[in-house]
Amino acid sequence: MTKILAKSAKAGFEEKNDLVVEVSPLQNGSGVVIDLQSPVKNQYGRHIEALIKDTVTAEGFFDVQVNVLDKGAWDYTIKARTIAALERGMKQ
Amino acid sequence: MNDPKTRLRRTMMFVPGNSPKMINSADIYGADSLMFDVEDAIAITEKDTARHLVANALKTLKFHSETVVRINHPTQTPFGMDDLKVILPSKPDMIRLPKVEDVSEVQLITDEIEKVEKENGWPEGTINIIGAIESVKGLYNVREICQQPRLIAIALGAEDFIANLKTQRTKTGIELYYARSQILMAARDAEIQCMDTVFSDVKDMEGFEREVTNSRDMGFDGKSVIHPKQITAVHRIYTPNDKQLTHALKVLAAFEDSLKNHKGVLAVDGKMIDGPIVVRAQRIVDQAKAAGIDVEKKREEI
Repeated sequence: MTKILAKSAKAGFEEKNDLVVEVSPLQNGSGVVIDLQSPVKNQYGRHIEALIKDTVTAEGFFDVQVNVLDKGAWDYTIKARTIAALERGMKQ
Repeated sequence: MNDPKTRLRRTMMFVPGNSPKMINSADIYGADSLMFDVEDAIAITEKDTARHLVANALKTLKFHSETVVRINHPTQTPFGMDDLKVILPSKPDMIRLPKVEDVSEVQLITDEIEKVEKENGWPEGTINIIGAIESVKGLYNVREICQQPRLIAIALGAEDFIANLKTQRTKTGIELYYARSQILMAARDAEIQCMDTVFSDVKDMEGFEREVTNSRDMGFDGKSVIHPKQITAVHRIYTPNDKQLTHALKVLAAFEDSLKNHKGVLAVDGKMIDGPIVVRAQRIVDQAKAAGIDVEKKREEI
């Protein structure tokens, strides 16, 4: 079932090995748009973006702006913060 | 695989459940169990992010230590049931139920665990429970609580308990003597493990070692720890010395010999050996093995 964000929401902290994920609703058909800032963007940027996109769609969202400020987070943290931000964005 | 009911739990280290940095490094210190905390270590506004972080860590990272998640209380707080919903599918070895006061709370969690085990086709007993007594009411019900089949260990949570008693922690530990004794008796009666509370002054290693030695001598199976540097001290204190290990190996050898040759009464070094002594000997050998002692070599030397 397609889920829709009710509002913008953030999760995570600007700390080592963590990241801040901010999600915002986009118009129908916009897709998942990711703006990534990361110290390892050159090496892992594509991997991180694919992971975020997969997580967002697996959670049932298709039109989301995702702004990410990464501080060297491992994959499980990226996934967890993305899910938490989406969950927060669902609540009115 | 270690039997969850009997595996060594000399140390159970608290790991704040919303700190990726601490979760990433938690496994390198050699604690027997890691307890990811989404309860008191987490601000009310971050309960949701912590539970997702711990669940994803458990799904993704491979931990050598046993994994435990301390959830928020399922009826005293609005967070506990949501914790279970997110955490249980990530298959921790144990759920720590804080501030347990009544068997119904253990039953509630047991029901949730059973549901998830069935949904995922996991064998019954994949996820177990450790309860923490943190109030006088909980202490009064500890015998009944310990008899719950899914509960395989019980712990004392002293900080809340002494607040409830209207006193404070002392160096002698006199304020906790009754609670420690009662919890231990209930655990032994139910044949489950018993963990001692944390020692929060990380700088006072002398006081820490004294407390660990005392709780070991009382009969506790292990200690909750809050800093990696406390782990080595606990493991050292829980490591049997050469004399104890030699005696334990002799007891086990005599016991095996008696089974093989259908002998009745056993004696080692002039002392009679019976069932409990054999169990204790096995425990000493297990502790020695866990501490990295070459038990087989020692066995050959005897």
